[in-house]
Amino acid sequence: MSQLSIQGVSRTFDTGKGKRTQALLPVDFEVNDNDFVTILGPSGCGKSTLLRIVAGLERPSTGRALLDGRPVQGPGADRGMVFQSYTLFPWLTIAQNICFGLRERGMGAAEQKERSDYFMAKVGLRGFENHYPKQLSGGMQQRTAIARALANDPKILLLDEPFGALDNQTRVLMQELLLGIWESARKTVLFVTHDIDEAIFMANRVAVFSARPGRIKSDIAVNLPHPRHYTIKTSPEFMDLKARLTEEIRAEAMAADH
Amino acid sequence: MEQVQAPSHLAEAPARARSRWLAPLEPVSANTRLLLGLGFFALFVLVWAAFTLGGYVSPTFLASPMTMVKEGWLLFTEHNFIHDIGMTVWRVFGGFILASVIAVPLGIAMGAYKGVEAFFEPFVSFCRYLPASAFIPLLILWAGIGETQKVLVIFIGSVFQIVLMVAVTVGGARRDLVEAAYTLGAGDRGIITRVLIPGAAPGIAETLRLVLGWAWTYVIVAELIGSSSGIGHMITDSQALLNTGQIIFGIIIIGLIGLVSDFVFKAINRRLFAWSSI
Repeated sequence: MSQLSIQGVSRTFDTGKGKRTQALLPVDFEVNDNDFVTILGPSGCGKSTLLRIVAGLERPSTGRALLDGRPVQGPGADRGMVFQSYTLFPWLTIAQNICFGLRERGMGAAEQKERSDYFMAKVGLRGFENHYPKQLSGGMQQRTAIARALANDPKILLLDEPFGALDNQTRVLMQELLLGIWESARKTVLFVTHDIDEAIFMANRVAVFSARPGRIKSDIAVNLPHPRHYTIKTSPEFMDLKARLTEEIRAEAMAADH
Repeated sequence: MEQVQAPSHLAEAPARARSRWLAPLEPVSANTRLLLGLGFFALFVLVWAAFTLGGYVSPTFLASPMTMVKEGWLLFTEHNFIHDIGMTVWRVFGGFILASVIAVPLGIAMGAYKGVEAFFEPFVSFCRYLPASAFIPLLILWAGIGETQKVLVIFIGSVFQIVLMVAVTVGGARRDLVEAAYTLGAGDRGIITRVLIPGAAPGIAETLRLVLGWAWTYVIVAELIGSSSGIGHMITDSQALLNTGQIIFGIIIIGLIGLVSDFVFKAINRRLFAWSSI
């Protein structure tokens, strides 16, 4: 059964004085159970808008998004989200941040602790329970944000360029960490990025977005074996995919620039 | 030019040390800071003493520092000044706490709900510009010259300011944090109690600290008119007796109390909201 189904979703923005901008052309798209799908596209192509519609943070102008057959009405704990900006609550410790959703649900303190300990270990943050977000590096903050979203046990994990603000070395380590989590926990993941390597390395499907107004230009399967090691990035299969995606994206980036 | 020609770091160091005092934004050490701060107080008293003791100003208009200290001592020993101070402090905190209890929740509601803001904001903005001291004659008519009137002056002077500043602080909450909370399953109630209020708390505390400072100026005005106790009352009495030493002593006491309460407030805020200053 298909888990996430996007049916004819489009989005137009009012830009004032009766003018309207089309950010997203009608998109039809399916994400299956346990899929890791990356949405690859140039900046400003509307890929984040699509993700925010799935999260329920924005309403589509036409169409609808269905999760397990139920239409998305607004944001909810069944769709965990990790943002590009650092969105940890600065007044809460790392452990309290991870427990935010659990506490909202009224989970007992003992169970909360058990869960936050588990996910903190999973993202390599054991020992930082009582630190505040500002005392942590950007990479550690995003790891906490991933743990916070996972602790809620969502049906689908939505990530909006979560590693975009990190330096290259950290970014690569974070990709391996997230992929490792996915390989062991098999969550459904929808990951927005403009980085081609990132899109291929983690995904089993890459959806390439056109320049604004955005639409899905091609949907490419990534059949690289799991578990994936960073060395896979130099394999011929990876290079072939990269060459192909580079061509696709290049045309769009040029279109977006003109 | 010197620095460009300098062959090594060793030659560069003394050049820097020389120009340090004049370099913009160059920090000074804690000791220097304290010394400079106290230095101006000392200079001020010195100039004051020179003018009064040197006979340049008539003692009728301006008492010397020594007379001021002597009069101050007499105020405590002969005129039960500690009671006046107590009354003034009581009035300030009474009016201020009353204003905070009403204004902070209203400000939070206005910041969180745009409808509530649209309802109250124009009226509160209008009231903010009404001078609290202009209400004194009216308040005397309504509430007499008792404590209620004094507390009400402080209340009127503080409440509208707090409402608006709290509303702005709460309304300026980071949208991405609100969105993150929604995606974690928070409801509207959770957004207010677990995101908007804790996020705005340091700003609200800072607002209260600021407004408490203003409340001190209102209380003295309230006490200057139709009062039988308080620091302001003592000042009016001293004016009638041409006792400038007592007036100045009263003013200095007000400044000192304000300084201490500000210091305590700051320390509490720093402690309560350690996260915001990391």
